[in-house]
Amino acid sequence: MSNVNIKANSEIEIDDSINLSGEVCPMTFVLTKMRLDALKPGQHLEVVLPAGEPMRNVPISVKEEGHKILKVEKMGNMFRLIIEKS
Amino acid sequence: MSKIKTKKDMRITVDHHLEEDVKKKIVIDTAVDGKTGKIDFNELKSGGFIKQRQKDLFTVRLRCPGGRIPVKKLKKIAEVADKYGGDYVHLSFRQSLEIPYVNYKTFNGMIEELKEVDQNIASCGPRVRVPTACSGCEYNPNGLSDTQKMANVVNEKFFGYRCNHKFKISFSGCPIDCARTSEMDLGFQGAVFPEWHEDPCTGCTICASACLEGAITPHPKTGKPIFDSSKCLYCSDCIRACPTNAWRQGKTGHVVRVGGRHGRHPLNAAIIAKFVSDEDVPKVIEGILEWYKKNGEGKGRIRIGEILMEPGNIESLAKHLEGVLGDNAIKKPRPPEPVRINKFD
Repeated sequence: MSNVNIKANSEIEIDDSINLSGEVCPMTFVLTKMRLDALKPGQHLEVVLPAGEPMRNVPISVKEEGHKILKVEKMGNMFRLIIEKS
Repeated sequence: MSKIKTKKDMRITVDHHLEEDVKKKIVIDTAVDGKTGKIDFNELKSGGFIKQRQKDLFTVRLRCPGGRIPVKKLKKIAEVADKYGGDYVHLSFRQSLEIPYVNYKTFNGMIEELKEVDQNIASCGPRVRVPTACSGCEYNPNGLSDTQKMANVVNEKFFGYRCNHKFKISFSGCPIDCARTSEMDLGFQGAVFPEWHEDPCTGCTICASACLEGAITPHPKTGKPIFDSSKCLYCSDCIRACPTNAWRQGKTGHVVRVGGRHGRHPLNAAIIAKFVSDEDVPKVIEGILEWYKKNGEGKGRIRIGEILMEPGNIESLAKHLEGVLGDNAIKKPRPPEPVRINKFD
């Protein structure tokens, strides 16, 4: 697992957080989906994803399942997403 | 013989019954369940009955457009295969189900039983074959076009149409091209031009991550996309990925490839158009079959791709299709290119 430090976001309240830096597809989406399933509609999940294939696929799948991506931040080779559960 | 009238009033005669070079009918006596009848061997040849090595045994190829077989039909097919065929069925390379080890004396009974579920026999020989297609846009997330619907349109309208040689048509829903449109005499592949709208864009750069072709680079300061349309394959991944609907579906339709083939000497098809609508697909097929017929005259068994490699012919086809393709035509189409797979030194 990476040393990426997930900082709390001052603008958007985070309800849960997951670091997927060591994961590959399809587990990146499966783990994201499991966390989202546990949330209530409107709550926010923070996901840290590696660049490349996971960053290509996870946002598409998240959108196809009807959730909303509120924020994307690049942190070196990683991306930090904030997803609102639908 | 059945006649199909198309919009353009081109008459398409579907002839499942006779090979051009065989005039005489070869009739044999058959006996099924004590009854005797006659079978025309030429009918068999064009109708999807393929002679096996073994005496009297044939492989029966079923007509399965787009490789989709309703479960109800499949149950009957399984029953028929068990009764008339061998221990297994085989999936042909063009998505049709084949029942091997069928004795020709039982053909009539087998055909009758399959008809109960509207299951028809496929074709072989020099004619438009059963169209193939990928799994379909209803459930495949990559699908950009309704390939299954289009395969049915072709199956209804053009199946069996006589040509110089075999004529294979396929539909792929996206540029991944699972249905190998580049290896078909005529192939259609789904394509969507992405349009970017600045207002909703937040510069999140997800589209740049989603694009596999390097067609989208995020602006170093704003993160907003810099789009190089020359690298775009029209796959629509940017549209699917964009969280704010800044990328939207623009012109949509089929990329048209013509003159491909596989076999000993494969040809990579020529791209002649993009964004051709579903409604225009039958007109494009008609136009191409017309051109093939005219330009194949006197040339015997020759695939359209080989004709298109002769100097001036790809331009001639483009000219012939001008009215149908309009702005969707590729300005300077290149002829099909040989792909050498049997080169040893």
